[in-house]
Amino acid sequence: MLDTIILVLDSTFRLSTPLLFACLAGLFSERSGIVDIGLEGKILGAAFAAAAAAYVFQSPWIGLLAGIMVSVMLALVHGYASISQRGNQVVSGVAINFLAAGLTVLLGQAWFSQGGRTPALSPATRFESLTLPFADTLANVPVLGPIYANLISGHNILVYASFAAVPLTWWIIFRTRFGLRLRAVGENPSAADTAGLSVTLLRYRATIICGILCGFSGAYLSVAQGAGFIKDMSAGKGFIALAALIFAKWKPVNAMFTCLLFGFLDALAIRLQGQEIPGIGEVPVQVFQALPYVLTVVLLAGFIGRAIPPKASGIPYVKERT
Amino acid sequence: MSKGQLPRWVDYGVLPALNLLAAFIISGLVVVVIGEDPFEAVKWLVWGALGYGEGFGYTLYYATNFIFTGLAVAVAFHAGLFNIGGEGQAYVGGLGIALVCLAMDRFVPWWVTFPFAIIGGAVFGAAWAFIPGYLQAKRGSHIVITTIMFNFIASALMVYLLSNILIPQGTMSPSSRNFEAGGQLPLLRNVFSSFDFGQSPVNLAFFLALAVCVVVWLLIWHTKLGYEIRSFGANPDAAAYAGISPVRITVVTMLISGALAGLMGINVVMGEQTRLLLDFAGGAGFVGIAVALMGRGHPIGIILASMLFGLLYQGGAELAFEIPTISRDMIVVIQALVILFAGALEHMFRPAVVAFFDRFSSSTAEA
Repeated sequence: MLDTIILVLDSTFRLSTPLLFACLAGLFSERSGIVDIGLEGKILGAAFAAAAAAYVFQSPWIGLLAGIMVSVMLALVHGYASISQRGNQVVSGVAINFLAAGLTVLLGQAWFSQGGRTPALSPATRFESLTLPFADTLANVPVLGPIYANLISGHNILVYASFAAVPLTWWIIFRTRFGLRLRAVGENPSAADTAGLSVTLLRYRATIICGILCGFSGAYLSVAQGAGFIKDMSAGKGFIALAALIFAKWKPVNAMFTCLLFGFLDALAIRLQGQEIPGIGEVPVQVFQALPYVLTVVLLAGFIGRAIPPKASGIPYVKERT
Repeated sequence: MSKGQLPRWVDYGVLPALNLLAAFIISGLVVVVIGEDPFEAVKWLVWGALGYGEGFGYTLYYATNFIFTGLAVAVAFHAGLFNIGGEGQAYVGGLGIALVCLAMDRFVPWWVTFPFAIIGGAVFGAAWAFIPGYLQAKRGSHIVITTIMFNFIASALMVYLLSNILIPQGTMSPSSRNFEAGGQLPLLRNVFSSFDFGQSPVNLAFFLALAVCVVVWLLIWHTKLGYEIRSFGANPDAAAYAGISPVRITVVTMLISGALAGLMGINVVMGEQTRLLLDFAGGAGFVGIAVALMGRGHPIGIILASMLFGLLYQGGAELAFEIPTISRDMIVVIQALVILFAGALEHMFRPAVVAFFDRFSSSTAEA
């Protein structure tokens, strides 16, 4: 029993990681007032760039860097459209998603001729699992041993990084001057502007951070969890992350728990596939797949608490009207 | 004409053309990056879409899909609502159409099934749009997010239904059984046998799409409801002050929008596939966003934009066949760039064009 629980929780961690990165990415963006439907596209673009670069340069770190670069570039396109051009942020996000979906496969096919995939990565060119100190020696301790050895130890570095990013994000958003200003432009940009802050610059910085975090998420998919890029490998994770962000009410610690919940649902769905649950019978996999979305809709409708977005999110800031 | 303003033909003609041109130039650069000749690519694309009867038939077939989904997005736009859920609504609408066809196809000819299938598709599509519309109107949840969520819920629901309930016994692929003749729309190649449509699946749904365009045009510009929808979209507060109920307009607009998206299945499910397939909407719901943006929400514009995207879809398939390094995903890239330039960056060229016209008009005034 304990083994099964550990197994499910273990895969929960693995499945939550890309969601968590993307969710925190969305948090920075939306806290500054930029709605980001394009998380999905940035993850996908980063996944492709990371796998391609990791293969070409035979290094996961260069892969990660390439993923971040591509993701930031896409974020800047979104930033240019929604901050400088004051375009519709949802439309821009949709465009980013399509751009990534198309370009990754197109370039993948043109460069590697494997039907849009990148060549499989050898273990040395991926982020491998780390064994934490004393994991092997402590493995025999009852209960705590297996938890430490199998659940906490044995993930790749990006998994730990994603969870480390949570307190860091909290600290930046709520305890630094930059974070205060970021929240100010997301709530009331004209007040921030009057106080002498550059709304444009702050929002650009938020979009760049968003790009960096999406880069981690994408690189995790193709260079850590997977071994290479596959067409559409983000498979809606950007949208689940968006749902998680709303579910978490735009708060970093909540975001972590929500991503763990959604990851857990995913892990459970895989675990329970084709199995009977006592008293309920066989639950279709699709129920677990739809659950994060259903929960978010229910939350948004205000049936479990209230999800109130940053006040200025989605509204382009116009400094002066002529 | 005062300073800073543009004549209508520039606003509705030149600016969209410039945006489109920018999208195509960047697409051309992508082709160059891949290492192919963009002009060669354009040649194959246009030839594949318009050069022969079958290709043209496919172009019309794809355009039909996009007219439905484009109208769906456009109607919602008029009320200031962004219905990003056309994909899910089309998908669920297809279920309604399929259920009608499965129930009736063995007993009656197609022209009896047809009106019921239209109702089935519209009702199912509208039902899928109703919940997001209602939640936005009554509970204040944002329609963009709810419709995105409903796309995924629709996808999970349809996978379940197709692989567990609608699948005929003894088969493995998740789809419904094939409709009999009573559930099949006549193909244009059989109706107009003098015109060579080759093996293309363009069918009577094309004319339904055109008819729906007229209906939408009448609805938006020549009825009280249409006036209310446009007023609400232009200024919700003023509309509410004038006695237009925001709840009613939001819900009704979403119902119409969902119904229009739901009709897309007539073309694919009843016209081409003659069965309900997994993921048959294939992204057409999202193309609708591009089509509505480019067509500026007007049925004429939507027809033209749909034809353009139909051309890209069919031409892109031909292109991928002739130049294998440019896979069909090129269409997705072009589509993305069109959405970016015609939608999010639509005002990028405006200052330059305005400056150009100001100089032009002042110089003619002096002369």
